Amino acid sequence: MDNKKELKVSAIENGTVIDHIPKDKVLRVVRILGLDESEDLALFGINLDSKKFRKKGLIKVSNKFFKDEEINKIGLVAPNASLITIKDFKVVEKRQVEMPEEIGGYVKCINPKCVTNHQNVYPQFKVYVREGEGIRLKCHYCEKTTKQSEMEFVG
Amino acid sequence: MNPTNLKNRNLISISDYSKEEYLKILDLAEEFEKYPRQDTLKDYVIASLFFEPSTRTRLSFESAISQLSGQIVGFTDASSSSTQKGESLKDTIRTVCNYSDMIVMRHPLDGSSRYAGEIATVPLINAGDGSNQHPTQCMLDLYSIRKTQQSLDNLKIALVGDLKYGRTVHSLVEAMSNFNTEFHLVSPVELKLPSTVKRFIKNANLNYYQYTELEDVMDVADIVYMTRIQRERFSEPLEYEKVKNSYILTKDLLQGSKDNMRVLHPLPRVNEITEDVDDHPKAYYFQQALNGIYVRQALLTAILGLK
Ligand SMILES: [Zn+2]
Repeated sequence: MDNKKELKVSAIENGTVIDHIPKDKVLRVVRILGLDESEDLALFGINLDSKKFRKKGLIKVSNKFFKDEEINKIGLVAPNASLITIKDFKVVEKRQVEMPEEIGGYVKCINPKCVTNHQNVYPQFKVYVREGEGIRLKCHYCEKTTKQSEMEFVG
Repeated sequence: MNPTNLKNRNLISISDYSKEEYLKILDLAEEFEKYPRQDTLKDYVIASLFFEPSTRTRLSFESAISQLSGQIVGFTDASSSSTQKGESLKDTIRTVCNYSDMIVMRHPLDGSSRYAGEIATVPLINAGDGSNQHPTQCMLDLYSIRKTQQSLDNLKIALVGDLKYGRTVHSLVEAMSNFNTEFHLVSPVELKLPSTVKRFIKNANLNYYQYTELEDVMDVADIVYMTRIQRERFSEPLEYEKVKNSYILTKDLLQGSKDNMRVLHPLPRVNEITEDVDDHPKAYYFQQALNGIYVRQALLTAILGLK
Protein backbone atom coordinates (compact mmCIF):
# COMPACT_ATOMS: atom_id res chain seq x y z
CA MET A 1 0.00 0.00 0.00
CA ASP A 2 1.11 3.54 -0.79
CA ASN A 3 0.38 4.71 2.71
CA LYS A 4 2.93 2.41 4.24
CA LYS A 5 5.72 3.97 2.24
CA GLU A 6 4.67 7.42 3.34
CA LEU A 7 4.19 6.44 6.91
CA LYS A 8 7.68 5.08 7.17
CA VAL A 9 9.03 8.62 7.00
CA SER A 10 7.55 9.43 10.36
CA ALA A 11 5.37 6.57 11.36
CA ILE A 12 2.90 6.98 14.18
CA GLU A 13 1.94 4.14 16.41
CA ASN A 14 -1.60 5.27 17.12
CA GLY A 15 -3.43 8.23 15.69
CA THR A 16 -4.80 9.77 12.54
CA VAL A 17 -3.39 10.76 9.19
CA ILE A 18 -5.32 13.43 7.27
CA ASP A 19 -4.32 12.98 3.66
CA HIS A 20 -4.99 14.80 0.39
CA ILE A 21 -5.24 18.28 1.83
CA PRO A 22 -4.64 21.01 -0.78
CA LYS A 23 -1.11 22.14 -0.07
CA ASP A 24 -2.06 25.73 0.62
CA LYS A 25 -4.73 24.70 3.13
CA VAL A 26 -2.63 22.66 5.56
CA LEU A 27 -2.11 25.46 8.05
CA ARG A 28 -5.78 26.37 7.77
CA VAL A 29 -6.75 22.78 8.62
CA VAL A 30 -4.36 22.80 11.58
CA ARG A 31 -6.10 25.92 12.85
CA ILE A 32 -9.68 24.74 12.20
CA LEU A 33 -9.01 21.51 14.10
CA GLY A 34 -7.28 23.43 16.86
CA LEU A 35 -4.14 21.30 16.59
CA ASP A 36 -2.00 24.37 17.20
CA GLU A 37 -3.59 24.76 20.61
CA SER A 38 -3.74 21.11 21.67
CA GLU A 39 -1.27 18.91 23.52
CA ASP A 40 -1.31 16.22 20.84
CA LEU A 41 1.84 15.63 18.86
CA ALA A 42 1.17 16.66 15.27
CA LEU A 43 3.35 16.59 12.17
CA PHE A 44 2.50 18.12 8.87
CA GLY A 45 3.94 18.08 5.41
CA ILE A 46 3.39 20.08 2.28
CA ASN A 47 4.47 19.59 -1.32
CA LEU A 48 4.27 15.85 -1.03
CA ASP A 49 3.82 14.01 -4.32
CA SER A 50 0.34 12.74 -4.96
CA LYS A 51 -1.36 10.72 -7.66
CA LYS A 52 -4.60 12.66 -7.38
CA PHE A 53 -3.10 16.14 -7.07
CA ARG A 54 0.18 17.45 -8.31
CA LYS A 55 1.24 18.39 -4.83
CA LYS A 56 -0.63 17.75 -1.63
CA GLY A 57 -0.48 18.33 2.07
CA LEU A 58 -0.74 15.84 4.91
CA ILE A 59 -1.13 15.98 8.66
CA LYS A 60 -0.40 13.24 11.20
CA VAL A 61 -1.68 13.47 14.76
CA SER A 62 -0.61 11.01 17.44
CA ASN A 63 -3.18 9.48 19.77
CA LYS A 64 -6.01 11.48 18.31
CA PHE A 65 -9.13 10.00 16.69
CA PHE A 66 -11.69 12.36 15.14
CA LYS A 67 -15.44 12.10 15.30
CA ASP A 68 -17.28 12.85 12.03
CA GLU A 69 -18.64 16.17 13.24
CA GLU A 70 -15.14 17.24 14.27
CA ILE A 71 -13.39 16.33 11.05
CA ASN A 72 -16.16 17.46 8.71
CA LYS A 73 -15.46 21.02 9.79
CA ILE A 74 -12.57 20.97 7.32
CA GLY A 75 -14.89 19.88 4.45
CA LEU A 76 -15.03 23.39 3.11
CA VAL A 77 -11.26 23.89 2.78
CA ALA A 78 -10.24 20.29 2.09
CA PRO A 79 -13.24 18.58 0.48
CA ASN A 80 -11.16 15.70 -0.92
CA ALA A 81 -9.28 14.96 2.27
CA SER A 82 -9.24 11.40 3.57
CA LEU A 83 -8.83 10.25 7.09
CA ILE A 84 -6.66 7.27 7.93
CA THR A 85 -6.90 5.76 11.39
CA ILE A 86 -3.71 4.06 12.60
CA LYS A 87 -3.52 1.50 15.43
CA ASP A 88 -0.30 -0.34 16.23
CA PHE A 89 1.33 1.12 13.10
CA LYS A 90 -1.42 -0.40 10.96
CA VAL A 91 -4.13 1.27 8.90
CA VAL A 92 -7.38 0.15 10.50
CA GLU A 93 -9.80 2.53 8.77
CA LYS A 94 -9.87 4.93 5.86
CA ARG A 95 -12.71 7.36 5.27
CA GLN A 96 -13.49 10.50 3.29
CA VAL A 97 -14.18 13.88 4.79
CA GLU A 98 -17.79 14.89 4.15
CA MET A 99 -19.26 18.30 3.56
CA PRO A 100 -21.04 19.41 6.75
CA GLU A 101 -24.61 20.73 6.57
CA GLU A 102 -23.71 23.70 8.71
CA ILE A 103 -20.42 25.38 9.43
CA GLY A 104 -19.38 28.27 11.59
CA GLY A 105 -16.53 30.37 12.77
CA TYR A 106 -13.89 30.50 10.12
CA VAL A 107 -15.62 32.00 7.06
CA LYS A 108 -16.57 35.63 6.65
CA CYS A 109 -20.05 36.56 5.37
CA ILE A 110 -19.78 38.30 1.99
CA ASN A 111 -22.41 40.91 2.97
CA PRO A 112 -20.67 44.04 4.31
CA LYS A 113 -23.90 45.04 6.08
CA CYS A 114 -24.21 41.70 7.89
CA VAL A 115 -24.34 41.88 11.67
CA THR A 116 -21.51 39.31 11.87
CA ASN A 117 -19.19 41.86 10.25
CA HIS A 118 -20.03 44.58 12.78
CA GLN A 119 -20.77 43.00 16.14
CA ASN A 120 -18.99 40.26 18.01
CA VAL A 121 -21.13 37.47 16.52
CA TYR A 122 -19.97 33.94 15.70
CA PRO A 123 -20.72 33.51 11.96
CA GLN A 124 -22.81 30.46 11.05
CA PHE A 125 -23.85 29.18 7.64
CA LYS A 126 -25.93 26.47 6.00
CA VAL A 127 -23.93 24.67 3.33
CA TYR A 128 -25.52 24.07 -0.10
CA VAL A 129 -23.84 22.02 -2.80
CA ARG A 130 -25.49 22.25 -6.20
CA GLU A 131 -24.44 20.59 -9.40
CA GLY A 132 -22.41 23.04 -11.48
CA GLU A 133 -22.65 25.83 -8.92
CA GLY A 134 -20.09 24.67 -6.40
CA ILE A 135 -20.49 25.22 -2.70
CA ARG A 136 -22.65 28.04 -1.41
CA LEU A 137 -23.03 29.25 2.14
CA LYS A 138 -26.25 30.85 3.37
CA CYS A 139 -25.69 33.11 6.34
CA HIS A 140 -27.75 32.14 9.39
CA TYR A 141 -28.13 35.84 10.25
CA CYS A 142 -28.45 38.00 7.12
CA GLU A 143 -29.63 35.12 4.85
CA LYS A 144 -27.32 36.24 2.03
CA THR A 145 -25.38 33.69 0.01
CA THR A 146 -21.59 33.53 -0.16
CA LYS A 147 -20.30 31.70 -3.22
CA GLN A 148 -17.27 29.45 -3.18
CA SER A 149 -15.22 31.95 -5.18
CA GLU A 150 -16.05 34.69 -2.66
CA MET A 151 -15.15 32.79 0.49
CA GLU A 152 -12.72 34.50 2.78
CA PHE A 153 -11.34 32.49 5.67
CA VAL A 154 -10.71 34.14 9.00
CA GLY A 155 -9.43 33.23 12.49
CA MET B 1 -45.85 21.24 20.18
CA ASN B 2 -48.99 22.57 18.58
CA PRO B 3 -47.92 23.68 15.10
CA THR B 4 -49.75 26.95 15.38
CA ASN B 5 -48.66 27.78 18.89
CA LEU B 6 -46.80 31.04 18.44
CA LYS B 7 -46.36 31.75 22.15
CA ASN B 8 -42.86 32.98 23.02
CA ARG B 9 -41.60 32.45 19.50
CA ASN B 10 -39.61 35.18 17.78
CA LEU B 11 -40.77 36.47 14.41
CA ILE B 12 -37.59 37.30 12.51
CA SER B 13 -38.18 36.07 8.99
CA ILE B 14 -41.32 35.16 7.06
CA SER B 15 -39.94 31.62 6.73
CA ASP B 16 -40.20 31.22 10.53
CA TYR B 17 -43.94 30.67 10.08
CA SER B 18 -45.84 27.88 8.35
CA LYS B 19 -48.83 28.35 6.09
CA GLU B 20 -51.14 27.41 8.98
CA GLU B 21 -49.48 30.01 11.16
CA TYR B 22 -49.94 32.77 8.58
CA LEU B 23 -53.61 31.88 8.42
CA LYS B 24 -53.96 31.85 12.18
CA ILE B 25 -52.56 35.39 12.35
CA LEU B 26 -54.82 36.59 9.54
CA ASP B 27 -57.90 35.16 11.29
CA LEU B 28 -56.88 36.84 14.52
CA ALA B 29 -56.23 40.14 12.69
CA GLU B 30 -59.77 39.97 11.34
CA GLU B 31 -61.07 39.92 14.91
CA PHE B 32 -58.96 42.95 15.77
CA GLU B 33 -60.27 44.78 12.74
CA LYS B 34 -63.74 44.38 14.25
CA TYR B 35 -62.61 45.34 17.76
CA PRO B 36 -59.25 47.13 17.59
CA ARG B 37 -59.63 48.73 21.03
CA GLN B 38 -59.34 46.24 23.84
CA ASP B 39 -57.35 45.98 27.05
CA THR B 40 -55.57 42.76 26.08
CA LEU B 41 -52.10 44.23 26.69
CA LYS B 42 -53.09 46.01 29.89
CA ASP B 43 -50.39 44.72 32.19
CA TYR B 44 -47.71 44.46 29.51
CA VAL B 45 -44.69 46.57 28.64
CA ILE B 46 -43.44 46.39 25.06
CA ALA B 47 -39.99 47.69 24.14
CA SER B 48 -39.94 49.52 20.82
CA LEU B 49 -36.28 49.72 19.77
CA PHE B 50 -35.75 51.70 16.58
CA PHE B 51 -32.00 51.83 15.92
CA GLU B 52 -32.86 53.67 12.72
CA PRO B 53 -35.87 55.88 12.17
CA SER B 54 -38.90 54.42 10.41
CA THR B 55 -41.80 56.60 11.35
CA ARG B 56 -44.42 54.63 9.44
CA THR B 57 -43.61 51.22 10.93
CA ARG B 58 -43.01 52.61 14.40
CA LEU B 59 -46.30 54.50 14.54
CA SER B 60 -48.18 51.45 13.34
CA PHE B 61 -46.65 49.25 16.05
CA GLU B 62 -47.07 51.87 18.76
CA SER B 63 -50.65 52.56 17.78
CA ALA B 64 -51.37 48.81 17.74
CA ILE B 65 -49.95 48.53 21.27
CA SER B 66 -51.68 51.67 22.59
CA GLN B 67 -55.07 50.62 21.27
CA LEU B 68 -54.72 47.41 23.29
CA SER B 69 -53.78 49.43 26.41
CA GLY B 70 -50.16 48.26 26.46
CA GLN B 71 -47.23 50.35 27.71
CA ILE B 72 -44.34 51.29 25.39
CA VAL B 73 -40.71 51.92 26.36
CA GLY B 74 -37.83 52.46 23.96
CA PHE B 75 -36.24 54.87 21.54
CA THR B 76 -36.95 56.17 18.06
CA ASP B 77 -33.44 56.34 16.61
CA ALA B 78 -29.95 55.25 17.58
CA SER B 79 -28.85 58.73 18.67
CA SER B 80 -31.16 58.59 21.67
CA SER B 81 -30.01 55.11 22.73
CA SER B 82 -26.82 54.03 24.45
CA THR B 83 -25.60 52.61 21.12
CA GLN B 84 -24.40 56.15 20.54
CA LYS B 85 -22.01 55.64 23.47
CA GLY B 86 -20.66 52.46 21.88
CA GLU B 87 -22.79 49.87 23.67
CA SER B 88 -22.99 46.55 21.85
CA LEU B 89 -26.32 45.30 20.54
CA LYS B 90 -25.97 42.34 22.90
CA ASP B 91 -25.76 44.56 25.99
CA THR B 92 -28.65 46.77 24.87
CA ILE B 93 -30.88 43.74 24.33
CA ARG B 94 -29.94 42.16 27.67
CA THR B 95 -30.73 45.37 29.48
CA VAL B 96 -34.03 45.93 27.72
CA CYS B 97 -35.16 42.39 28.59
CA ASN B 98 -35.17 43.45 32.23
CA TYR B 99 -37.74 46.12 31.50
CA SER B 100 -40.14 44.57 29.02
CA ASP B 101 -42.27 41.58 28.12
CA MET B 102 -41.51 41.73 24.42
CA ILE B 103 -39.24 43.56 22.00
CA VAL B 104 -40.08 45.13 18.65
CA MET B 105 -36.81 45.96 16.89
CA ARG B 106 -35.75 47.88 13.79
CA HIS B 107 -32.02 47.94 13.01
CA PRO B 108 -29.92 48.97 9.97
CA LEU B 109 -27.75 45.81 9.95
CA ASP B 110 -28.82 42.69 8.05
CA GLY B 111 -29.25 39.76 10.43
CA SER B 112 -29.32 41.95 13.55
CA SER B 113 -32.79 40.74 14.51
CA ARG B 114 -31.90 37.05 14.31
CA TYR B 115 -28.91 37.78 16.53
CA ALA B 116 -30.89 39.92 18.99
CA GLY B 117 -33.57 37.22 19.13
CA GLU B 118 -30.97 34.68 20.19
CA ILE B 119 -29.82 36.88 23.06
CA ALA B 120 -33.23 38.10 24.22
CA THR B 121 -35.00 36.31 27.07
CA VAL B 122 -38.33 37.78 25.93
CA PRO B 123 -39.83 37.23 22.45
CA LEU B 124 -38.74 39.57 19.66
CA ILE B 125 -40.52 40.81 16.54
CA ASN B 126 -38.38 42.02 13.65
CA ALA B 127 -39.62 45.39 12.40
CA GLY B 128 -36.98 45.42 9.64
CA ASP B 129 -33.31 44.42 9.73
CA GLY B 130 -31.44 46.37 7.04
CA SER B 131 -32.32 45.08 3.60
CA ASN B 132 -33.03 41.59 4.90
CA GLN B 133 -36.50 40.94 6.34
CA HIS B 134 -39.61 42.85 7.35
CA PRO B 135 -42.07 40.06 8.17
CA THR B 136 -44.89 42.20 9.58
CA GLN B 137 -45.06 44.05 6.24
CA CYS B 138 -45.44 40.70 4.52
CA MET B 139 -48.18 39.64 6.95
CA LEU B 140 -50.15 42.81 6.29
CA ASP B 141 -49.73 42.28 2.55
CA LEU B 142 -51.19 38.78 2.94
CA TYR B 143 -54.02 40.15 5.02
CA SER B 144 -54.79 42.79 2.40
CA ILE B 145 -54.72 40.26 -0.43
CA ARG B 146 -57.04 37.88 1.38
CA LYS B 147 -59.39 40.67 2.42
CA THR B 148 -59.76 42.01 -1.12
CA GLN B 149 -59.91 38.61 -2.85
CA GLN B 150 -61.72 36.60 -0.11
CA SER B 151 -59.05 33.90 -0.32
CA LEU B 152 -55.30 33.57 -0.82
CA ASP B 153 -55.63 30.54 -3.08
CA ASN B 154 -55.19 30.41 -6.87
CA LEU B 155 -54.58 34.13 -7.45
CA LYS B 156 -52.69 35.88 -10.24
CA ILE B 157 -50.37 38.41 -8.68
CA ALA B 158 -48.44 41.05 -10.64
CA LEU B 159 -45.32 42.36 -8.91
CA VAL B 160 -44.12 45.59 -10.46
CA GLY B 161 -40.95 47.68 -10.25
CA ASP B 162 -37.76 46.87 -8.41
CA LEU B 163 -37.98 43.11 -8.01
CA LYS B 164 -34.25 42.70 -7.47
CA TYR B 165 -33.70 44.64 -4.26
CA GLY B 166 -37.22 44.94 -2.86
CA ARG B 167 -37.36 42.80 0.26
CA THR B 168 -41.13 43.12 0.54
CA VAL B 169 -41.43 41.55 -2.91
CA HIS B 170 -39.08 38.69 -2.00
CA SER B 171 -41.01 37.88 1.17
CA LEU B 172 -44.32 38.10 -0.63
CA VAL B 173 -43.16 35.65 -3.31
CA GLU B 174 -41.95 33.27 -0.62
CA ALA B 175 -45.19 33.46 1.37
CA MET B 176 -47.57 33.37 -1.62
CA SER B 177 -45.79 30.31 -3.04
CA ASN B 178 -47.81 28.40 -0.43
CA PHE B 179 -51.10 29.32 -2.12
CA ASN B 180 -50.89 28.13 -5.72
CA THR B 181 -50.20 31.64 -6.99
CA GLU B 182 -49.43 32.51 -10.60
CA PHE B 183 -46.75 35.23 -10.59
CA HIS B 184 -46.52 37.98 -13.20
CA LEU B 185 -43.21 39.76 -12.79
CA VAL B 186 -42.85 43.22 -14.32
CA SER B 187 -39.48 44.95 -14.06
CA PRO B 188 -36.66 46.53 -16.02
CA VAL B 189 -34.15 43.92 -17.14
CA GLU B 190 -31.64 45.26 -14.60
CA LEU B 191 -34.06 44.72 -11.72
CA LYS B 192 -35.44 41.24 -12.37
CA LEU B 193 -36.38 38.93 -9.52
CA PRO B 194 -33.21 37.11 -8.32
CA SER B 195 -32.93 33.39 -9.02
CA THR B 196 -32.70 32.66 -5.28
CA VAL B 197 -36.24 34.03 -4.94
CA LYS B 198 -37.53 32.37 -8.12
CA ARG B 199 -36.53 29.11 -6.51
CA PHE B 200 -39.46 29.42 -4.07
CA ILE B 201 -41.80 29.49 -7.06
CA LYS B 202 -40.10 26.55 -8.76
CA ASN B 203 -39.96 24.49 -5.57
CA ALA B 204 -43.72 24.87 -5.24
CA ASN B 205 -44.17 23.78 -8.90
CA LEU B 206 -45.76 27.11 -9.78
CA ASN B 207 -45.44 29.29 -12.86
CA TYR B 208 -44.12 32.79 -13.35
CA TYR B 209 -44.11 35.08 -16.37
CA GLN B 210 -41.74 37.97 -16.90
CA TYR B 211 -42.55 41.29 -18.56
CA THR B 212 -40.96 44.67 -19.04
CA GLU B 213 -44.22 46.58 -19.66
CA LEU B 214 -46.77 47.26 -16.95
CA GLU B 215 -49.70 47.43 -19.38
CA ASP B 216 -49.15 43.79 -20.36
CA VAL B 217 -50.36 42.52 -16.99
CA MET B 218 -53.19 44.92 -16.24
CA ASP B 219 -55.95 42.70 -17.61
CA VAL B 220 -54.77 39.40 -16.08
CA ALA B 221 -53.89 40.35 -12.51
CA ASP B 222 -56.05 39.97 -9.41
CA ILE B 223 -53.50 42.01 -7.46
CA VAL B 224 -51.10 44.60 -8.85
CA TYR B 225 -48.37 45.11 -6.27
CA MET B 226 -46.43 48.27 -7.09
CA THR B 227 -42.96 49.14 -5.76
CA ARG B 228 -40.66 52.07 -6.11
CA ILE B 229 -37.75 52.08 -8.54
CA GLN B 230 -34.85 53.94 -7.02
CA ARG B 231 -32.43 55.92 -9.11
CA GLU B 232 -29.48 54.65 -6.99
CA ARG B 233 -30.05 51.11 -8.26
CA PHE B 234 -28.85 51.98 -11.75
CA SER B 235 -25.18 52.24 -12.62
CA GLU B 236 -26.10 54.25 -15.73
CA PRO B 237 -28.32 57.32 -15.04
CA LEU B 238 -29.51 57.06 -18.63
CA GLU B 239 -30.90 53.59 -18.01
CA TYR B 240 -32.97 54.95 -15.17
CA GLU B 241 -34.32 57.78 -17.31
CA LYS B 242 -35.30 55.23 -19.95
CA VAL B 243 -37.37 53.01 -17.65
CA LYS B 244 -38.71 55.30 -14.93
CA ASN B 245 -41.89 56.24 -16.75
CA SER B 246 -42.76 52.71 -17.83
CA TYR B 247 -43.59 51.72 -14.26
CA ILE B 248 -46.07 54.42 -13.35
CA LEU B 249 -49.62 53.33 -12.71
CA THR B 250 -52.16 55.83 -14.02
CA LYS B 251 -55.95 55.90 -13.96
CA ASP B 252 -55.98 55.13 -17.70
CA LEU B 253 -54.11 51.89 -17.14
CA LEU B 254 -56.88 50.69 -14.81
CA GLN B 255 -59.32 50.49 -17.71
CA GLY B 256 -59.82 46.90 -18.74
CA SER B 257 -58.54 45.50 -15.44
CA LYS B 258 -60.58 42.82 -13.69
CA ASP B 259 -63.39 43.98 -11.39
CA ASN B 260 -61.81 42.26 -8.40
CA MET B 261 -58.37 43.69 -9.12
CA ARG B 262 -56.83 45.83 -6.37
CA VAL B 263 -53.67 47.93 -6.37
CA LEU B 264 -51.29 47.45 -3.43
CA HIS B 265 -48.11 49.32 -2.52
CA PRO B 266 -45.94 48.98 0.62
CA LEU B 267 -45.59 52.83 0.80
CA PRO B 268 -44.09 55.37 0.84
CA ARG B 269 -45.06 56.08 -2.72
CA VAL B 270 -43.06 58.58 -4.74
CA ASN B 271 -44.47 58.88 -8.26
CA GLU B 272 -45.09 55.27 -9.31
CA ILE B 273 -48.84 55.64 -8.77
CA THR B 274 -50.36 58.90 -9.94
CA GLU B 275 -52.52 60.72 -7.40
CA ASP B 276 -55.65 60.47 -9.52
CA VAL B 277 -55.62 56.72 -8.78
CA ASP B 278 -55.94 57.32 -5.02
CA ASP B 279 -59.73 57.76 -5.01
CA HIS B 280 -60.36 54.96 -7.48
CA PRO B 281 -62.24 51.98 -5.94
CA LYS B 282 -59.41 49.68 -7.03
CA ALA B 283 -56.79 51.63 -5.06
CA TYR B 284 -56.21 49.77 -1.79
CA TYR B 285 -52.79 50.97 -0.56
CA PHE B 286 -53.95 53.29 2.21
CA GLN B 287 -56.32 50.67 3.61
CA GLN B 288 -53.41 48.22 3.27
CA ALA B 289 -51.30 50.40 5.59
CA LEU B 290 -54.17 50.57 8.10
CA ASN B 291 -54.39 46.76 8.05
CA GLY B 292 -50.86 46.80 9.49
CA ILE B 293 -52.34 47.76 12.86
CA TYR B 294 -54.63 44.71 13.05
CA VAL B 295 -51.94 42.30 11.88
CA ARG B 296 -49.49 43.68 14.43
CA GLN B 297 -52.11 43.42 17.18
CA ALA B 298 -52.63 39.80 16.17
CA LEU B 299 -48.88 39.07 16.26
CA LEU B 300 -48.26 40.83 19.59
CA THR B 301 -51.08 39.01 21.37
CA ALA B 302 -50.40 35.60 19.80
CA ILE B 303 -46.70 35.73 20.67
CA LEU B 304 -47.48 36.83 24.23
CA GLY B 305 -49.82 33.84 24.44
CA LEU B 306 -52.87 36.04 25.07
CA LYS B 307 -54.87 34.87 22.04
ZN1 LIG C 1 -24.38 37.40 6.87
